[in-house]
Amino acid sequence: MKYMDEYRDAKIARGIAAEIRRRSTRPWVLMEICGGQTHTLMRYGIDELLGNSVELVHGPGCPVCVTPLEMIDRANALARRPEVTLLSYGDMLRVPGSETDLFHVKAEGGDVRIVYSPTDAVELARNNPDRKVVFFAIGFETTAPAHAMAVLQAERLGLKNFSLLVSHVLVPPAIRMLLESSRNRVQGFIAPGHVCTVVGVTEYEELARDFHVPIVVGGFEPIDLLEAIRMLVVQLEEGRAEVENSYSRTVQYGGNRVAQDAVERVFEVTDRKWRGLGEIASSGLRLQEKYAAFDAERVFGLQDVRAEEPSECISAEVLLGHKKPTDCPAFGTRCTPEKPLGAPMVSTEGACAAYHQYRRHLVTL
Amino acid sequence: MTKPETKESVGFSCPVPLPAGGRVLLGHGSGGKLSAELLKDVFLPALGNPVLDRLEDQAVVTLNGVRLAISTDSFVVKPLFFKGGDIGSLAVHGTINDLAMGAARPLWMSVAFILEEGLPMETLRRVVASMQDAAAKAGVQIITGDTKVVEKGSADGMYINTTGIGRVREGISLSASQAQVGDAIIVSGMLGDHGIAILAEREGLKFETEVRSDSAALHDLVATLLDATYEVRCLRDPTRGGLSSTLNEIAGSSWVGMELDEATIPVREQVRGACEMLGLDPMYVANEGKLVAIVSPAAAESALAALRSHPLGAEARIIGRVTKEHPRMVVMRTTFGTTRIVDMLAGDQLPRIC
Repeated sequence: MKYMDEYRDAKIARGIAAEIRRRSTRPWVLMEICGGQTHTLMRYGIDELLGNSVELVHGPGCPVCVTPLEMIDRANALARRPEVTLLSYGDMLRVPGSETDLFHVKAEGGDVRIVYSPTDAVELARNNPDRKVVFFAIGFETTAPAHAMAVLQAERLGLKNFSLLVSHVLVPPAIRMLLESSRNRVQGFIAPGHVCTVVGVTEYEELARDFHVPIVVGGFEPIDLLEAIRMLVVQLEEGRAEVENSYSRTVQYGGNRVAQDAVERVFEVTDRKWRGLGEIASSGLRLQEKYAAFDAERVFGLQDVRAEEPSECISAEVLLGHKKPTDCPAFGTRCTPEKPLGAPMVSTEGACAAYHQYRRHLVTL
Repeated sequence: MTKPETKESVGFSCPVPLPAGGRVLLGHGSGGKLSAELLKDVFLPALGNPVLDRLEDQAVVTLNGVRLAISTDSFVVKPLFFKGGDIGSLAVHGTINDLAMGAARPLWMSVAFILEEGLPMETLRRVVASMQDAAAKAGVQIITGDTKVVEKGSADGMYINTTGIGRVREGISLSASQAQVGDAIIVSGMLGDHGIAILAEREGLKFETEVRSDSAALHDLVATLLDATYEVRCLRDPTRGGLSSTLNEIAGSSWVGMELDEATIPVREQVRGACEMLGLDPMYVANEGKLVAIVSPAAAESALAALRSHPLGAEARIIGRVTKEHPRMVVMRTTFGTTRIVDMLAGDQLPRIC
């Protein structure tokens, strides 16, 4: 932990914030893409520290939030089957589907468990040959390698009772969609450090070039984020639009080749629905045909479980950075973490939940 | 293939709210907002009376001029044995602490066992011996009990309920509704040890953590504190739901705000590291041997000194003040000088995905 403390140093933070305020000639609109980054910005009150020098809008990078409604419904349907043990990351359990969430399915008798790693799921399948073990594999490029490794491990072990319910999404296509929008206000991006650790930065170079927009790869500690913001402001003031890396202690230009290989062996790119955003071309991953035996959607024939998202909250506007969570008339009143209207209020990485958890005292409800 | 452009083409896509839950969820037992809802919607409407309605950690009744504190608590911890304690000592400490937070000296205790068919007799013997040891050390007699056995699969080894009776100290009355603007908020030591010790054991987490549960009887620490000053408004032990739930309850009952100083919150390095890895916040992690004291500003330093003079309070600190601003909200002044809310959780704290 001592290693982290230097990235949370108050004096350094105030110094960088002062430089950002000094160099910024107008309130630049910046987006942090990843939900983990949103969480840190809110937790440390970095928006407060920066005053009016930049406007931070929060991107679509909360994997829990963007998992589409019908995938939640499919997970719920699976968990209701008596022969199935459904394993998931913790914060997926509370995400409401069309009718219910996994916590309620569990209360009704479904075998739903929280695991920390997909390899734990493989282990569980191995030790319980009479159970059909399904892992709810969600997330961005970050979690894909571990999910791919789990499939390869299960294949090696010859497991017939292990599968993944895959709802993987990819960051760059969503950013491209946002930049192509006529209503886009975002002038610079903090790219997600964990994602870039896996895939490297080349795809972001294409975005920076195609849309003349500066992108800085950022980490997750407050100093990481302040430094990324500072680098973006400097680029914007100088009229540059390049990809820079403020998280070089973790991110290498080409990413992690071993992780990429595992993903390429197991997954392939597909169109994917995003909750709140709709379908985006080539924005997801699915299991390749040769791994169909590990694909829960095919094993259990779930393709027919479909759901249209009812129109109620403004999560699309929030996920695209057009609006702040506090602009929503339901924020903190009809929509709270206990009774979320939309997914961004569910996960602690969701922008609405982060605002509700940390910043509620600064707005009038 | 559609390429959603903006608001117009994307639509405001979100699910409808869930209907009011028709079933008990695990979160109803978390000590957070769901637990509070259960009290408000189910228990108080049916069972409410002036003693129960106080919603303190213990009931206080007067009998022939003597104030008695009564408290009951059930223990369902898994695993039964963990670093720093076991379900038996925990069941004794937990009920003693609920009495102690009402300024009561614990005297007697009942114990009820719900045992699962097939439980090794040796396990039961160990737990009972641990209970007796804990009770004897605290000067409490276990004077009545009950045993039920349920079919295999109907319980997790064993559950224990304990009920304690104690005598409330003369001249003082503690309540979560008595916090006043300017009061000091004191914690008696490092936060989160119990929760992390249990989690590490339960999940078989593969990190080397030397964190031990802080399970301990706090009545003697409370006596030391009250010997030094009666300017204590409220005592609470921040068990499930952690410090944040406890402080939110007090702020809510007293209709005051609270401002905490992040730099002063005592958390062990290993606990901080474990929380970091698991995506948890130590403010929400359970303690079983710590107390929170709300103390008048004038008596804050003497209260702190008294706590620190006791082995269980050696690492006590003032972590914040009661404020007039933002009533019923607990706000943290971060190390950056900015502020954020320290909220009560809805249900259990969930590990984040990344």
